[in-house]
Amino acid sequence: MNFEEHAAKPLLKAAGIAVPEGRYVRTAVDAAAAQQAVGPCVVKAQVPTGKRGKAGGIKTADTPEDAQDVTEKILGMEIAGHIVEGVLVEGRSDIAREFYAAIMNDSASKGPLVIFSTEGGMDIEDVAAETPDKIKRAAVDIRDGFDAGAAAAMLAGLDLGGAKSAIAEALDRLYNAYIANDAELLEINPLALTPDGSLVALDCKYVMDDSAIKRHQNLAENSTPDQLTKLEARGEEAVIKYIELDGDIGILANGAGLTMTTMDVVRHHGGKPANFCEIGGEAYTKAHTALEMVLDKPGVKSLVVNFCGAFARCEVMMDGLLNAWDDLTPDIPVFFSIAGTGDKEAIAMLKDRLGLEPYPDMDAASKAAVDAAK
Amino acid sequence: MIIVRKEHRVLIQGITGKQGTFWTELMQDYGTNIVGGVNPKKAGTTHCGVPVYASAVEAMKESEFDISVLFIPPLGVKDAALDAIEAGAKNLCILTEHVPVQDVMYFMAAAKEAGTTITGPNTAGSVTIGECFLGFMPAFNERIFKVGRVGVISRSGSLGTLLCQNIVSAGYGQSAFIGIGGDPIIGTTIHDALEALDADEGTDAVVMVGEIGGEMEERAADFATGMDKPVIAFIAGGAAPKGKKMGHAGAIVLGDRGTYQSKIKALEAAGASVMATPSHVGDVLKERLGP
Repeated sequence: MNFEEHAAKPLLKAAGIAVPEGRYVRTAVDAAAAQQAVGPCVVKAQVPTGKRGKAGGIKTADTPEDAQDVTEKILGMEIAGHIVEGVLVEGRSDIAREFYAAIMNDSASKGPLVIFSTEGGMDIEDVAAETPDKIKRAAVDIRDGFDAGAAAAMLAGLDLGGAKSAIAEALDRLYNAYIANDAELLEINPLALTPDGSLVALDCKYVMDDSAIKRHQNLAENSTPDQLTKLEARGEEAVIKYIELDGDIGILANGAGLTMTTMDVVRHHGGKPANFCEIGGEAYTKAHTALEMVLDKPGVKSLVVNFCGAFARCEVMMDGLLNAWDDLTPDIPVFFSIAGTGDKEAIAMLKDRLGLEPYPDMDAASKAAVDAAK
Repeated sequence: MIIVRKEHRVLIQGITGKQGTFWTELMQDYGTNIVGGVNPKKAGTTHCGVPVYASAVEAMKESEFDISVLFIPPLGVKDAALDAIEAGAKNLCILTEHVPVQDVMYFMAAAKEAGTTITGPNTAGSVTIGECFLGFMPAFNERIFKVGRVGVISRSGSLGTLLCQNIVSAGYGQSAFIGIGGDPIIGTTIHDALEALDADEGTDAVVMVGEIGGEMEERAADFATGMDKPVIAFIAGGAAPKGKKMGHAGAIVLGDRGTYQSKIKALEAAGASVMATPSHVGDVLKERLGP
C-alpha cells in the first residue's frame, strides 16, 4: 500500500524528524493561500512515483500568484501514468548537502535493512552501480532494534563533516517510524543538511505492508488507492484477484502460480492473455463473479480454464463454474485443462453438462484457445 | 532444512480448527507421525486421537516433537511460532498467507538463533512420497505423487502439483516435494531445498518451480552450478506485467530485479534445463536421466 509524500511526511514528524512546513491542496487558489502561510515555497505534484522533478511536477514559487500559476500547470498533469490531483506546497529549505536514508524489508537477511548514502537526491540503484562506497548498509535483528549507537557504527568511514551524530539520531528515529507503521519501505530522499547543521526530510516514500493493514486501519485511509480499471475495482470489491491485461484470451485458473503460468503458456503459443484471474482456495464460491468479469473484458474471443486441484478440489471449482456458465451463457469458445484432486469427477461433470472434453494438458488447451481467437 | 520422514514426530498448532482437523486426519492416514496438537482453550482434551496441549512448550514436555505445522490465522502466527521455537522444534511448517512481514522477520531471527528451520510462510506444505506429508498437499493422489527419484521444489502449491502430475504421467515418480511458499520473506529458500535434495540419496534429479520477483532463483543457480544431479527449471510469470503483484506477494517485478530473463539466464548458465512450459517436464527428464 503506497502513500504519497504529503501522507508519509507526518509519520516522520511524529517520530521527531524535521520536515518543512507544508500544506496539501487540490486547487490553485488554495495553493496561493498556502504559499502565503509558508512563504517562498516548492509546489510538488502528489503522485505515488519518483522522477516527479524530471517530469516537470516540481516548481518553486516566491509569491501567491506564482504558486497559483505553477499549481494550475501541475494539476491534471500525467506523471508515469498517474494524473496529478493534488500538490504539496512546502516552505523552501537552504541546502548545504543532500543525503539518502531508508529502512526496508530485506529478503536476503530476512530482517530490516538500514541504508544510508552521502549521495542524496539520486536514485539509490544508480548510486549503488556507480559509487557503491558511498552507501552504507546495516542488517538489523528486529528483536534488538536499532539505535543511534548502531547507526554511528554503520556510518563509520563516511565523510559527514559535523553532521554524523545528527544523522545517527535521524536514522534511529526513522527506524522507529518504520516499526511503528509496519513499513515495507520508509525512505527519505533527499535528507537535507541545512547550513546551520540541522537535518530536514525533503521527500518521503512510505509503503505499508499489505498484510499489516488490519493493524493500521486509520492510517490506511490516507494511502493512495492502486490505479484500478473498472474490472479490477470490481475484483477488489468481490475479493477476487483479477488483473486486466491487453489481450483477447480470457484466463480462469486456480492458485497464483498456475494462473501466471497459464498466461505464460498462452503467450508461448502466440496469444495474448486478457486477464489474470485466480479462483481456488475458498474462492470457488465466487466462480460466478469471476467468470462474469473475465467475460466482461471487451474483446475477449476465447477462454482457457485451467484447474489443478490440490488444496482446492477440481470438482468443487467445476461445479461453481458450470453453474455460472448456465446463468451467463457465454458465446465464446472455452478450452479446459483439468488435473489433480477431483479431476475425474470434474471431467465427468464437464461432459455431462457442457458436452465438452478437456484437453490433455494446458499447452493443448491454450494453443486451441489461441487458434480460436485468430 | 530437513526433508520430513515418517520417523519425525509432528505437532499441529491449531489442530482443532476446521482446516486443522481436516488435514490432520489426511496426514495421519498417509503416515505422518502426529503426536499432539495445540489449542490453549482445549488443553487436556484429545482430538484426532492425539492429546491437545495449551502450548508447544507444554506439548514438548509430554509428547516430544521435531516438527510443528501451523494452522493459525495471520495475526496469531508470530506468537505460535515463537512458542514452537522456544519449545525446541527443529522445523516449523507455516501455511498461513498474509502474515505481517515484521512478525515474520521477528520469528525468523528467533528461529535462526535457536537453530530452528522454517518452511514458509504461505507454503502448501511438503510431501515425502510414500512416507508422510505436511500441510495441505494432495499426497494421497496417485496420479500426482508416486514413489520415485525426482525431487521437486516449488514456490506455488497449484503449479507444483501440476508439475508433479506431469512427472507421474511421464512415467517417473518423486522422492520429495518441498513447497517453500509465495511470500517475499520465507525461511527455506530454493537454495536451501536444492542443497537438501542434492544431499538426499533417494534423489537423482531436481525439478525447480520458481516465479518472477526477488532473487531466490538467481541465488539457487549459483549452487546448481556445482551440482552433479540434473536441475530442470520452470519460472512462472514471463508474461506478467511489471509492477503488479501476481497473486503471491513475492511475485512482483520492480525495475530490473527479479525479472524472468535474469532468472532464466542465471539458471541456464548454471547448466539447468529451463522449460518454456510445464508440459515438457517428462521429455526433459528423459533427456537428462534416460527413460
